[in-house]
Amino acid sequence: MFSSVLVANRGEIARRVITTARRLGIRSVAVYSEADADLPYVAEADAAVAIGPAAPASSYLNGPAIIAAAIQAGAQAIHPGYGFLAENPEFAAAVESAGLIWIGPSPESMAQMGDKINARNLMEAAGVPVSAGTREPVADIAAALAAADQIGYPVMVKASAGGGGIGMSAAAGPAELTAAFETARSRAERFFGNPAILLERYVQRARHVEVQILGLPAGGHGGSSPGASADGRVLALGERDCSVQRRHQKVAEETPSPGVGPALRARMLAAAAQAGETVQYIGAGTVEFLVDVSAEDFTFLEMNTRLQVEHPVTELVTGIDLVEQQFLIAAGEPVSFEPGQVASSGHALELRVYAEDSRRFLPSPGLIAEWVEPSGPGVRVDAGYTAGNRVTPFYDPLLAKLCVHGADRAQALERAAAAVDGFVVSGPKTNLQFHAELLASAEFRSGDYDTSLVDRLRGDSGG
Amino acid sequence: MAEVRAEMVANVWKVVAAEGETVADGDTLVILESMKMEIPVLAEDAGTLTRLAVAEGDLVQEGDLIAVIE
Repeated sequence: MFSSVLVANRGEIARRVITTARRLGIRSVAVYSEADADLPYVAEADAAVAIGPAAPASSYLNGPAIIAAAIQAGAQAIHPGYGFLAENPEFAAAVESAGLIWIGPSPESMAQMGDKINARNLMEAAGVPVSAGTREPVADIAAALAAADQIGYPVMVKASAGGGGIGMSAAAGPAELTAAFETARSRAERFFGNPAILLERYVQRARHVEVQILGLPAGGHGGSSPGASADGRVLALGERDCSVQRRHQKVAEETPSPGVGPALRARMLAAAAQAGETVQYIGAGTVEFLVDVSAEDFTFLEMNTRLQVEHPVTELVTGIDLVEQQFLIAAGEPVSFEPGQVASSGHALELRVYAEDSRRFLPSPGLIAEWVEPSGPGVRVDAGYTAGNRVTPFYDPLLAKLCVHGADRAQALERAAAAVDGFVVSGPKTNLQFHAELLASAEFRSGDYDTSLVDRLRGDSGG
Repeated sequence: MAEVRAEMVANVWKVVAAEGETVADGDTLVILESMKMEIPVLAEDAGTLTRLAVAEGDLVQEGDLIAVIE
């Protein structure tokens, strides 16, 4: 195992990675922008390096500055967290060229999966179900209209290089498609530097369910434990239901999915492992699927070649520390558990606490005057902030992830409601009130919900 | 006269309207960006845009003046 790691990220995920590093006796190095000097993760790391001004392009997206910081601080490995440079194959390759260990899949697998059109075509060839859609970038509106006629309305318009729901919208007919295409293209250029657009059939009553995978390295590194053999297998460690979304971005997740029965689950886990094996995937990754509730069927959406924001729910039900497995795999050592004997126990929820109001979900930066985290049986809080910190407009609005584990879904819901009640934040507006309403809503409690749940809760039919 | 003010701390991403222009109620004046979200700032009245107090790249605080419509 390497003895030191630099975390190329900020906020709750930097803190999360540092926590596991400390438990394993690995020295941690944080990097921070001028806006983040006071955040808890900077103080908790064994060392911290300032890397630039607040703007992400000058700090957390500045690959050369991060690699220089790693070398300066004597870090042997780089963990990218999620977002920023986590899915950038050029950065991963630059890390390896600098003689450092990249904690993630190979730059080749990242590149294959990073482009949604390429990933879709690759999965279709490998026999993983994909939805009807375009197989090459849609160049202009005329091509988009022609493609939509073939696929059939409604269609979903997406940026091929995109993520986080940015630039994504559904179109019910040609007029809406024209507007959606223009928006998607301008956002794709602006946020991802790549104007390629794809169209897919839009499923009306869909759930968004993803599978956690863990690719074990092929070949004989380490291997002192006979059970945890390094053999190129891709393990599927259960699913997460991410159907509670606003603006196509996740707000709450749970596992197991209340909308997926045993037969469908078995097919989805097998398809996710197949997807990983197709690109010889190594390390932690997530295969996202769209589940058609009425047809009890699923299609491949995309693959995230990194640790996922909502990974804690999988950790809570399996008892596996996914960051620890990432470290072990990057170091060429066997994973810490018996790959054939992963058991899932109980039910887990994650509620994303955002600095945004609970009605319109508009951002609300500001100084945090008061911050009290809930505690109790089954409660885990992964927080990026504390009292006295300033939430700035430069980064995403995630303040903390409130996670709960219960013996069953009913107990998890009960514990979640009490924990939301006990979470006190003053200063920036937060969506804690929204979470209280979500947990009390008949539709969420029934488990029979889909990706339009939040719109229905807010009395808004638009999607 | 109507003053348009920022609802939150944000960066000015795009200035859409120009000083001296005639605007209608609901026209987009500028687009702010905060926490990876674009927030259009709309005219809340029809009239002449007599003052545009921000430029692209500016950081505005909650309550800062963005524009004046007369």
